[in-house]
Amino acid sequence: MNDVSDEASESGLSQRSVEIGVAITISILAMIGMIGALRVGTGWSSEGPLAGFFPFYICIAILISSAVNMTQILRTKNDGAVFASWDKINKVLQVLIPTAIYVGIIPYSGIYVASALLVGGFMKVLGLYSWAASCALGIAVPLFTFAAFEKWFLVPLPKGPLEHLLGY
Amino acid sequence: MEDIGNLFHGFSVVLQPYNIMLMVVGIVLGVIVGVLPGLGGANGVAILLPLTFSMSPTSAIIMLSCIYWGALFGGAITSILFNIPGEPWSVATTFDGYPMAQQGKAGQALTAAFTSSFVGALFSVVMITLVAPLVASFALRFGPAEIFSVYFLAFCSFVGLSKEPPFKTLASMMIGFALGAVGLDQMTGQLRLTFGFETLLTGFDFLIAVIGLFGIGEILLTMEEGLSFRGKAAKIDLKVVINTWKELPRYWMLYLRSCLIGCWMGISPAGATPASFMSYGIAKRISKNGNNFGKGEIEGVIAPETAAHAAGTAALLPMIALGVPGSPTAAVLLGGLLIWGLQPGPLLFIEQKDFVWGLIASMYMGNIVGLIVVLTCVPLFAAILRIPFSVIAPIILVLCAIGAYTVHNNTFDVVMMLVFGVVGYFMKKTNYPLAPMVLAIVLGDKAEESFRQSLLASQGGMGVFFTNALVSTIMVLGLIALFWPIIQGGLNLLRSGTKGSHPVA
Repeated sequence: MNDVSDEASESGLSQRSVEIGVAITISILAMIGMIGALRVGTGWSSEGPLAGFFPFYICIAILISSAVNMTQILRTKNDGAVFASWDKINKVLQVLIPTAIYVGIIPYSGIYVASALLVGGFMKVLGLYSWAASCALGIAVPLFTFAAFEKWFLVPLPKGPLEHLLGY
Repeated sequence: MEDIGNLFHGFSVVLQPYNIMLMVVGIVLGVIVGVLPGLGGANGVAILLPLTFSMSPTSAIIMLSCIYWGALFGGAITSILFNIPGEPWSVATTFDGYPMAQQGKAGQALTAAFTSSFVGALFSVVMITLVAPLVASFALRFGPAEIFSVYFLAFCSFVGLSKEPPFKTLASMMIGFALGAVGLDQMTGQLRLTFGFETLLTGFDFLIAVIGLFGIGEILLTMEEGLSFRGKAAKIDLKVVINTWKELPRYWMLYLRSCLIGCWMGISPAGATPASFMSYGIAKRISKNGNNFGKGEIEGVIAPETAAHAAGTAALLPMIALGVPGSPTAAVLLGGLLIWGLQPGPLLFIEQKDFVWGLIASMYMGNIVGLIVVLTCVPLFAAILRIPFSVIAPIILVLCAIGAYTVHNNTFDVVMMLVFGVVGYFMKKTNYPLAPMVLAIVLGDKAEESFRQSLLASQGGMGVFFTNALVSTIMVLGLIALFWPIIQGGLNLLRSGTKGSHPVA
């Protein structure tokens, strides 16, 4: 059995389709930008360009660049290169999803509680540390950041119900 | 020269025990601030400014400027060790600094970075000492057209001199411009590209973009390898430092060039960030090891760090001499001056000699103290790399979230940071360079503003960019940089053409 085919048959998202997807996404965003620019006017007034002038031509430049990139992608043969194997994508999602939840609950729970959960959760679930270690650091980190930012740097961070209970 | 006498008087002010203590405290605080993403130089100085109200203006400016140096030094630490630029001007340092750390050469990279920063800053301080009394008349010649031409040059050097496919670089940069354009248009007061979303009123802040693209994006990329990732333990000791120092004088041309680029960019409103990118781009083209840039070439650390620090320091010159800040942090320092009742400008040199020369003397001392402090703390920071990833990743995420939040006290920015993180992940994997995008977000608005101001003055004529020698030269340099790959291709053709006509026997 030759090993060469192993690389190509590693299942995952193919590089080619991701590149195409990225180029298409960029183009769509550029077109949205053009619409936005048209709203404020893209012409030239007596005082120089209108507000939408630059964004409009910038978006055109983006569309041209994306078209060039797209033709280059379509021209190269599909060599089966993989953007990321499903295995790797899983690992990325393991970080991305908890972080998304973290970011999502910050407005409600305050950053300190959210951070405690993130640090503790990471250590326990992904790092496979003991409950004791996870909780210890999970509490230590927010405490430290609280001391550093609230007290020392005097920078207020979002707080939630727990902090309100404690009088902050 | 009377000024040398003044300078020595300044030193005598600075070398009092109280002021020396303030210097050390300032540097340490500055490094911490510089290391934390989002709590950047300008933010950090602004936050720490109130601490200084109880001091005399001279002591206060000494401590604040040392915070500034510390932040300049500190940005390099996270760039090299974590690939997270602590400041926008340390972005270029990540290109080669992080690969060096990955190869176990973190100690060398850090030593090179700090020493380069020191050299760059020192160069600028000497320049300030000599030039400060003379600068007024020249700076007044920098109208909007000249300012725009400097931005133009910086952008063109990036497209023309980078190793990524030019159309991807162009797309990246244009996306950055478009993102930077979102929000309030300064010239007409209109909202653009917001589509009625209130949260987009202030547009996309580059700090959020940087934290997301480089911080979160990098963590996502790293996760692909699973949690077995661990920074290579760096052996930092005096030997590494001295060995690196022995190596550095070889690059004196690079140092000189980077110092000059930095000084020039720092005095002009372009600032430290474009200075670092330009220096990196030019060093890459000129160096024999140009192809190794991005893989851990020490020159790739020296060039941007020297230029960035030369620029960051030089930015103080217009602030002191004219009251025109050359960088956001200088703007904050300017605010401090005004609060203390000091009027910056040429009169400052005459009426407040103690203050001005004390400040200039503290620039020398601050950099020396700074270098000592960071070199001794390098082992501490290198040890951080040995903390397992499952512990350090969430901590970095928390710091990034805090950093993103403190920019505008807005939780929406934290969401944006995450979005930028995903964007950064995809961009890195599909070879769209991130740096031009960040550069464009940072400078896009300012570049556009100066462009439109120039046109306002000339009533729409594009010829305004070639009206005098200064602006024409810079514009032409920019065009050369932009089309450099084509020019170089043409030169190669010519060369191989002449070679071909002399057949080898």
